[in-house]
Amino acid sequence: MANDTNTKMKVFSAGFWRENPVLILLLGMCPTLAVTTGVNASLTMGLTVIFVLTCANIVVSLMRNLLKPHIRILMFTLTISTFVTIADLVLKAYLPDMSDKLGPYIPLIIVNCLIICRAEACASKSPIGTSIIDALGMGLGFTATLVALGAIRELFGTGKLMGFEILHTTANGGWYTPWAGMIMPVGAFVTLGLMLAGVNLVNRKLESKK
Amino acid sequence: MDTLQTLILGFLGVVIVNNLVLTKFLGICPFLGVSGRIDMAFGMGLAVTFVVTLAGTLTWIIDHGLLMRYESLVVLRYVAFILVIASAVQLVEMYVRKFFPPLYQSFGIFLPLITTNCAILGLCLFLNLWAVESLLEAVVLSFGAGIGFTLAICIMAGIRENLLLADVPECMKGAPITLVTAGLLTLAFMGFAGMI
Repeated sequence: MANDTNTKMKVFSAGFWRENPVLILLLGMCPTLAVTTGVNASLTMGLTVIFVLTCANIVVSLMRNLLKPHIRILMFTLTISTFVTIADLVLKAYLPDMSDKLGPYIPLIIVNCLIICRAEACASKSPIGTSIIDALGMGLGFTATLVALGAIRELFGTGKLMGFEILHTTANGGWYTPWAGMIMPVGAFVTLGLMLAGVNLVNRKLESKK
Repeated sequence: MDTLQTLILGFLGVVIVNNLVLTKFLGICPFLGVSGRIDMAFGMGLAVTFVVTLAGTLTWIIDHGLLMRYESLVVLRYVAFILVIASAVQLVEMYVRKFFPPLYQSFGIFLPLITTNCAILGLCLFLNLWAVESLLEAVVLSFGAGIGFTLAICIMAGIRENLLLADVPECMKGAPITLVTAGLLTLAFMGFAGMI
């Protein structure tokens, strides 16, 4: 029994560092780069992805014995697009501003490689419990990375975090000149590149210690 | 004359100014994954151009001819789009496997994965978002998006072939330096923003 919980913990924690979808596996890059202009947008995107990923993993896991190899990708994307449509309509109804801001990137979750990868690598092979744990771990790891990236970009790009001013900007009589490049596409690519380099450095240090 | 001007401006706009890869972050996975060698990047670009033109046109027709006519069918939009794209990719896959076996081998998993290339679904959604009114405009914009993708991925492949010879710090090798390069490329493309 202890062994069982142990493996479950391992599956759950994999998404955070060892197999972090963005930093290690390089999956789901499009939303990562596009919506991380601020913490709020990153968080909304992350939570939507967790919802879609969990639901899709459950359904794929339930129908895994019926899947034929050549139509599996089609089945995955159809399942995912159903849940994305639900999420899109819910966002439109309750958070219209955020829905406008994220625009086409919510429907684009359908083709997010992260979700398809988890359906293929985990849910189509494992029972429902493991699939849910895997989805939650991966989803939380994804969200954490997105929020971190969003925080860095929002902080340096506007001097604010979630709308509160942290660095005193010159516009309000302070000392910090907002760095507009961070909000633009350049900031996304370069920040993520440097983050990946940092992860590589840390991993190498950890390995040499062993 | 006016239509021609709109079409040319729209085409240039979607190739250079609104380049899907570099300004809208769509299709990043193949952009990073297949841009190692320039011949493969070009083949990938052509495949994507074909699929995106087909998918963009078909989804526009379905969207305007069927889904928008009946209010309650609009919820089916994403599902319908995905079905059209998946069928288009199947066609390309069968064609390439029959006529260009070596290319088929070198693409590997990336060919069926065009189904899940965000650039294609993204364009279908943008056609709707930009309120494209005529079929001809939809065709030209879809084709332009494919050309824009090919342009971006080929430039990237060219740079990466030269990067192999460069002295990159150990921890930046691979994905990090590619991302930073892409960032600089984006910066260059932002200069076109004032053009149209």
